[in-house]
Amino acid sequence: MPQAGDSVISIRDFGRDEILQVLAAAARMEECGHFGLLEGCVLATVFLEPSTRTRLSFASAMMKLGGQVLDFGEPEQSSFKKGESLSDAVRIVGGYCDVIALRHPWEGAARLAAQIAGVPVINAGDGANQHPTQTFLDLYTIQKVKGQVDGLTVGFVGDLKYGRTVHSLVTALSRFDCEQVFVAPPSLAMPEGLLAELQQGGVSYSQSEELAEVLPGLDILYCTRIQQERFADSLEYERVKGAYRLDRTLLRDSGARESLRIMHPLPRVDELAPDIDDTPHAVYFEQARNGVPVRQALLALVLGKV
Amino acid sequence: MAAEEKDRPQLSVTAIRNGTVIDHIRNEATFKVADILRLDREEEVVLVGMNLPSGKVGRKGLIKVESRELTPDEVNKIALIAPDATLNIIKDYAVVGKRHVELPDSVEEIVRCINPDCVTNKQDVPSRFDVIRSTPPSLRCAYCERTMRSGDFVLR
Repeated sequence: MPQAGDSVISIRDFGRDEILQVLAAAARMEECGHFGLLEGCVLATVFLEPSTRTRLSFASAMMKLGGQVLDFGEPEQSSFKKGESLSDAVRIVGGYCDVIALRHPWEGAARLAAQIAGVPVINAGDGANQHPTQTFLDLYTIQKVKGQVDGLTVGFVGDLKYGRTVHSLVTALSRFDCEQVFVAPPSLAMPEGLLAELQQGGVSYSQSEELAEVLPGLDILYCTRIQQERFADSLEYERVKGAYRLDRTLLRDSGARESLRIMHPLPRVDELAPDIDDTPHAVYFEQARNGVPVRQALLALVLGKV
Repeated sequence: MAAEEKDRPQLSVTAIRNGTVIDHIRNEATFKVADILRLDREEEVVLVGMNLPSGKVGRKGLIKVESRELTPDEVNKIALIAPDATLNIIKDYAVVGKRHVELPDSVEEIVRCINPDCVTNKQDVPSRFDVIRSTPPSLRCAYCERTMRSGDFVLR
């Protein structure tokens, strides 16, 4: 579990017990509120890539604990525009706050920032690499809706090649006793390196191109958006997009379990039909809400208030 | 080794008095090892052999350098591209020490990250990698977490 002064950079830095301790702290935040816990503390949100949910959720988490939020502003109007280095900017911002939430397009930017900021850094996304607070809120959601993480069969569908939320969650689930099922077209399949890691770790997984085929065996289905820019051929994009669209009819016809729960990091486009929203399967809005107690817990932990 | 090859007269290579012999270099990596050691600038005696018969790796490379002890960085670089290599330390024409090259748990500054979006390729940051496997070598960037295999390594 992160201690006072620690940074939260990558889910790889967390073992199973530490993950469970963070989830327990998030549950306590949700139950008790803890308003005033971070009174007098300042969070700086430094987001150099577009973000809506993550930035608001960090701000909400800090405010709900009585802390203050300093926002770095848009990159176009910041010192970066004048050519300031990431290292210099982080050193300066570190002097104005008690903790930094950083989103940056460069992979590894948060790890570098944590070495020089002088205050804890929480990685809010570094390019295609890591987004650990998303992974914690995904795990928290799974634990809330299923009671535990162990013993589940978790499916992933969509862009499994480039999706950082998928890679991080797959890594985290490998610390638990889960079966993982990957559904994607060959062009967007899981990276070989990550599959090799799972094999080395003795993690049980399977791959398929057919969503309907695997749906009946799943406890959780984690959907991701398939982005058009990943395809050179727009016809191929349309074909793939259609093949992985989930709606109420597919859920019924495929024989998906009543207890199947569907997650999505949002925003969605076409991959999840709105007719699923009011079924018990849909937990993606609850998932987004869970970002607040999870980030409350992480902020309180790294500031030494838990 | 085939019987007729055994009977063939062996190539005689000058022994060195003091220095290092790097043996069992993967044949095709021989000149890369020479590059790592900057042997083109070496002023002492240097002997480079290639296509030498080896029971262990088929055909091997061998390098002898007079009056030279390798630095830890040089050994780590050799371990990345020639993981089977052995180092022989020579004193007064005798082998006084022999060991396999071995990668430490992490290597710093000797390799460039293959990921163009890695922060180490964007800012002046020393690279750092965790060694996730020694043979064949596999590294994970401590910053962007990209995994690299032996064919990907670009030495600094």
